[in-house]
Amino acid sequence: MRSRFQQGLDELKEKLLRMGGLAEQAIDRAAEAYRTRDAKYCQMVFTGENDINQAEREIDELALDLLAMQQPMAVDLRFIMAVVKINADLERVGDQAVNIAQRVLDLISEPEVPLPVDIPRMAASVTTMVQRALESFLDGKAEIAEAVLQMDNVVDRMKDEAFVVLVQKMMSDPQVTRAALNVLLIARNLERIADHATNISEDVIFWVRGADVRHGGAHYRS
Amino acid sequence: MGVGIEVRGLNAWYGKNLALKSIDMTVAANHVTAVIGPSGCGKSTFVRCLNRMHETIPEARAEGLVKVGEMEVYGDGTDPVEIRRRIGMVFQKPNPFPTMSIYDNVAAGLRLNGFRNRKQMDELVERSLKLAALWDEVKDMLHKKSGASLSGGQQQRLCIARSLAVEPEVLLMDEPASALDPISTSKIEELIFQLKQHYTVVIVTHNMQQAARVAEFTGFFLMGSLIEYDKTEKIFTTPADKRTEDYITGRFG
Repeated sequence: MRSRFQQGLDELKEKLLRMGGLAEQAIDRAAEAYRTRDAKYCQMVFTGENDINQAEREIDELALDLLAMQQPMAVDLRFIMAVVKINADLERVGDQAVNIAQRVLDLISEPEVPLPVDIPRMAASVTTMVQRALESFLDGKAEIAEAVLQMDNVVDRMKDEAFVVLVQKMMSDPQVTRAALNVLLIARNLERIADHATNISEDVIFWVRGADVRHGGAHYRS
Repeated sequence: MGVGIEVRGLNAWYGKNLALKSIDMTVAANHVTAVIGPSGCGKSTFVRCLNRMHETIPEARAEGLVKVGEMEVYGDGTDPVEIRRRIGMVFQKPNPFPTMSIYDNVAAGLRLNGFRNRKQMDELVERSLKLAALWDEVKDMLHKKSGASLSGGQQQRLCIARSLAVEPEVLLMDEPASALDPISTSKIEELIFQLKQHYTVVIVTHNMQQAARVAEFTGFFLMGSLIEYDKTEKIFTTPADKRTEDYITGRFG
């Protein structure tokens, strides 16, 4: 019975990692679309979203089956719960990539406007966070997940800075408002993806250590 | 009302084999405490030490402090019969007196304790059957039907009623639902949950889901030692000891 259960857990992990790969790819493509102003990458993000949604359904189904059929306890129960939550976060990452791609399509429908915001750098930080969060899940390493939590502040700061400079730009040069608004929204989408990476890391810490570190604390069951 | 149980340095032997090793455990009054662990871990021995049933086995003995309320179970001059009145026990297989009527099954313990007042006995039998959630099913055949004529689940509730009739403070249950179908099992589990209002319940179970469903505290035994004892939700979500985790996730051995 247990080895069958273990196979189910392994399958769940593999499926989630594959989905994580799709989500990472979506961010990369959205960032590439921004960098190259090439609508082809936006289209790839839109198409890829279907695969992410399909993966989300399959993972939830398998997790539900394992809960119903195997009644897991302790670390296994925490693992499945973490998977279900990470699954939802990854699906939202996919949605944010779609939002970015939509903004890029709007951006490239008009002539390029130079704006003082380094979106590719921010996208690279966010991608690293997602990669590291998934790595912590792959290896069950809470230390890696903790490092991801630290990185969230950096991305938050990038978004805040982008907000300030873009608002200033819009005020001083109203002609660029549309482009600046798109970039502002992209920065916000990226910041949201960083939040999902943070959630994933917190779920990994819960799975591995049984500690709830959400909302800035380490809560162990008394 | 139920009373708490204090166990300190409890050792138990079968002949020369040490079956329980220096157990310390505090069982909270009016709560359900589950004892889990693999076969041969000492969990049944442990509960049988609480009411001195252990020593009824030839060459079996126990030493240590067991306090049930203010009563020292292994104290000099403590009467085992009185202990077993105050600490009732329900076993895996329902064991009603087969030829006795339902009423007489419940009244048996009272009669053994010298109880003679018929009116009060009627009241106690009714109260016990109600507490055991069996009254509505048997009230019209108390004297007409025998204990053996009931279904397995009903027989087990009859045995619970029999234990409750002598007004114990603690109820020990050794795998009380393992011989029952899921519907009877859920009735027994619901009953256990209700009983804690009046009694302290200690349940031995192989079924971890059952422990998780009914107990507020759970103790994990392994090779005669109490490995971990904590709130049930802690044991089943974030156990502190690797051995507990390995057992409850099926990775044991």
